[in-house]
Amino acid sequence: MLKTFPLGGIHPKENKFSAGKKIETIDLPKIVSIPISQHIGSPAEPIVAKDDTVKVGQLIAKSSGFVSANIHSSVSGKVLKIDKVLDSSGYKQNCIIIEVENDEWLEDIDRSKDLVDNLDISAEEIKNRIIKNGIVGMGGATFPTHVKLSIPPGKTCKHLIINAVECEPYLTADHQLMLEKADEILVGCKLIQKLVDAEKVIIGIENNKKDAIQLLTEKAKKYSNIEVQPLKVKYPQGGEKQLIKALTKREVPSGGLPIDVGCVVQNVGSVFAIYEAVQKNKPLIERVVTVTGKSVSNPKNILTRIGTPSDMLIAAAGGLPEDSGKIVSGGPMMGKALASNNVPIAKGTSGILILPQEKASRPECFNCIRCGRCVSVCPMGLEPYLLKNMAEVSMFEELQKERVLDCIECGSCSFTCPASQPLLDYIRLGKANLNKILRAKKS
Amino acid sequence: MTINRLTVSMSPHAHGKDSVRKIMYGVIIAMIPAFLVSVYYFGLDAIRVSLIAVASCVFFEWGIQKLFFKAKKTTITDGSAIITGMILAFNLPSNLPWYIIVIGALVAIGIAKMTFGGLGNNPFNPALVGRVFLLISFPVEMTSWPKVNVLNFAMTDAETGATPLSIVKEGLKNGESFQSIIDGMPHFYTDALMGNVGGSLGEVSAFALLLGGLYMLFRKIITWHIPVAVLGSVAIFSAILYGVDPVHYASPAFHLLTGGIMLGAIFMATDMVTSPMTKKGMLVYGVGIGVLTIVIRTWGVYPEGISFAILIMNAFVPLINKGFKPKRFGETIKKA
Repeated sequence: MLKTFPLGGIHPKENKFSAGKKIETIDLPKIVSIPISQHIGSPAEPIVAKDDTVKVGQLIAKSSGFVSANIHSSVSGKVLKIDKVLDSSGYKQNCIIIEVENDEWLEDIDRSKDLVDNLDISAEEIKNRIIKNGIVGMGGATFPTHVKLSIPPGKTCKHLIINAVECEPYLTADHQLMLEKADEILVGCKLIQKLVDAEKVIIGIENNKKDAIQLLTEKAKKYSNIEVQPLKVKYPQGGEKQLIKALTKREVPSGGLPIDVGCVVQNVGSVFAIYEAVQKNKPLIERVVTVTGKSVSNPKNILTRIGTPSDMLIAAAGGLPEDSGKIVSGGPMMGKALASNNVPIAKGTSGILILPQEKASRPECFNCIRCGRCVSVCPMGLEPYLLKNMAEVSMFEELQKERVLDCIECGSCSFTCPASQPLLDYIRLGKANLNKILRAKKS
Repeated sequence: MTINRLTVSMSPHAHGKDSVRKIMYGVIIAMIPAFLVSVYYFGLDAIRVSLIAVASCVFFEWGIQKLFFKAKKTTITDGSAIITGMILAFNLPSNLPWYIIVIGALVAIGIAKMTFGGLGNNPFNPALVGRVFLLISFPVEMTSWPKVNVLNFAMTDAETGATPLSIVKEGLKNGESFQSIIDGMPHFYTDALMGNVGGSLGEVSAFALLLGGLYMLFRKIITWHIPVAVLGSVAIFSAILYGVDPVHYASPAFHLLTGGIMLGAIFMATDMVTSPMTKKGMLVYGVGIGVLTIVIRTWGVYPEGISFAILIMNAFVPLINKGFKPKRFGETIKKA
């Protein structure tokens, strides 16, 4: 029996059209818009002005606190302006807009393809390079990596867990990265292990990526204490808490963090970025983005510079299909629907998913028939129907008692609901309002 | 190029295949074997009762929504009114006059369902409310069961007789032993399995009902919890009584094969709207129905008790939902 998390879960259709497609690069865009807020936490502060010339990898916005991250130029050229641009959040955000000229990189970035597996580097230095190069979690939540890797005093890390599950349907960026950069990822694992002083590294991969499991298992034999663990295909296997439970049988307590059960979790894409930051001194200026969809003529995995407009990627995958009804940044379960087909790619953009018209809107909504399926699929053991009803009538105390804040917003309830009730929408509303009340109480 | 016809909504952007309609029509398909058996044994009367029940249930749902809710679009196509009509018909004797069926449908849809706001909001199973209303209001008509008459399509007044349940209940009351009563009905067990006994339309064949139940399990419309809990608790509780005193109590096999146990456990107790939300709750609910059924059958006034048992447990569902919560993630471990 393959390992998995015990509570709930669903089996959406996988639709991994771009699986096995080699990572490609596309022509540099003429203009990039680099958002200054690509991470959770305070936005970075721009340190360039109009008409400045920048090189690839040059710091253009500085981290503005502990929970924040540096942002570097992904291209060389001239800063046109700092202006508001519509991004994947649906709001206009401050972006540094750069006109691209040539492709000049900073000289201290090692651009060779050679593997640097020298681990003779201090934990302190590893952390400094991660901070300097602006690494954030690349699974979608974009939490600044150095914060996640700072073990609070009194806590120890037993397991370093590498999240290579990629349980979202359609997405294949992590899968392809593992196939092409396996050695680099393993070196990255060792670097993080050194930093957090973990006893053991476990790489969790869903069993629908057998080639990646085989390759990493083979290559991991070189290293001590790296284990590759195949996992059952079930959504949301890649949820942090679910993954920890599946791999170590430990349950992160309600309101707690993985480190409370001696675990640190890193997305496999971030591991690769950490490798490049530490061993090659390369800032996070590009990432693999899956461009996919049922009607997309040529689904692809594209290595994209941060700030590239998304319609360039769509064009590279064969253009926007006639029947497009919705464009999603990320996967179909947790991704954000875009208000435009032209938004800048950010550090957390794992995919551009184009859904046809008939899949764009939700099915007809019926009365709740109390079938209880939302309860049985909830991976956190919550009762979505109840939370929705309470959120609808603003019963905040009861919501807190029913642990609405534990909801990981995986969307399994809304996915399963035969009546197509807007369960997660109301739960989000309840969470947001409850958080507001709790913050007000605190201050 | 930018386009303006993009849909923007919150995640998830994917939806499972199931819908309310698919579930409802799945239940209707699952009722077909039992319906065919009833036509085989009760002839055209079975079709007459079913048609009247379904048509009047659908009509009342449509009419109430048009008249009182001022609805532009009614919910009759979702299939739930058809199910209510079918379940109601399954619970009626085949020789029932048409106006009694219509009254039953009016009570089921009008009082038990629509007054609470329609599909999903009714606390009690509508068909059962209709049936119990008729049982109390028309006790004679509701308990004169026509004897089965295989493939008799002539609409003649059939002979009526008692159901095995009432025969046994009467017999035990008169001091006969259970074994001697059963001996008075040759081939009783095979007849009950196939439906060759008197009773309501849909309840006679345990086999056809089980077939429908398996179909619903396969389609994942129901889970095993409620049927197994009901049938299991009926079997265990009646086995205890039978074990203590086999002369004065009926055997578990008799209880399982007679009356509406199968119909109740598979089609009526599993009604999503009126059953608990969690698996643990479903088990508690099912055991409650099973135990209450045997209590009513053994010590109550009526020979059959499953309808009352289900309605009583329906009333406990909100309490069960409160008391039996799912196991929360991260609950067992204290924050270090």
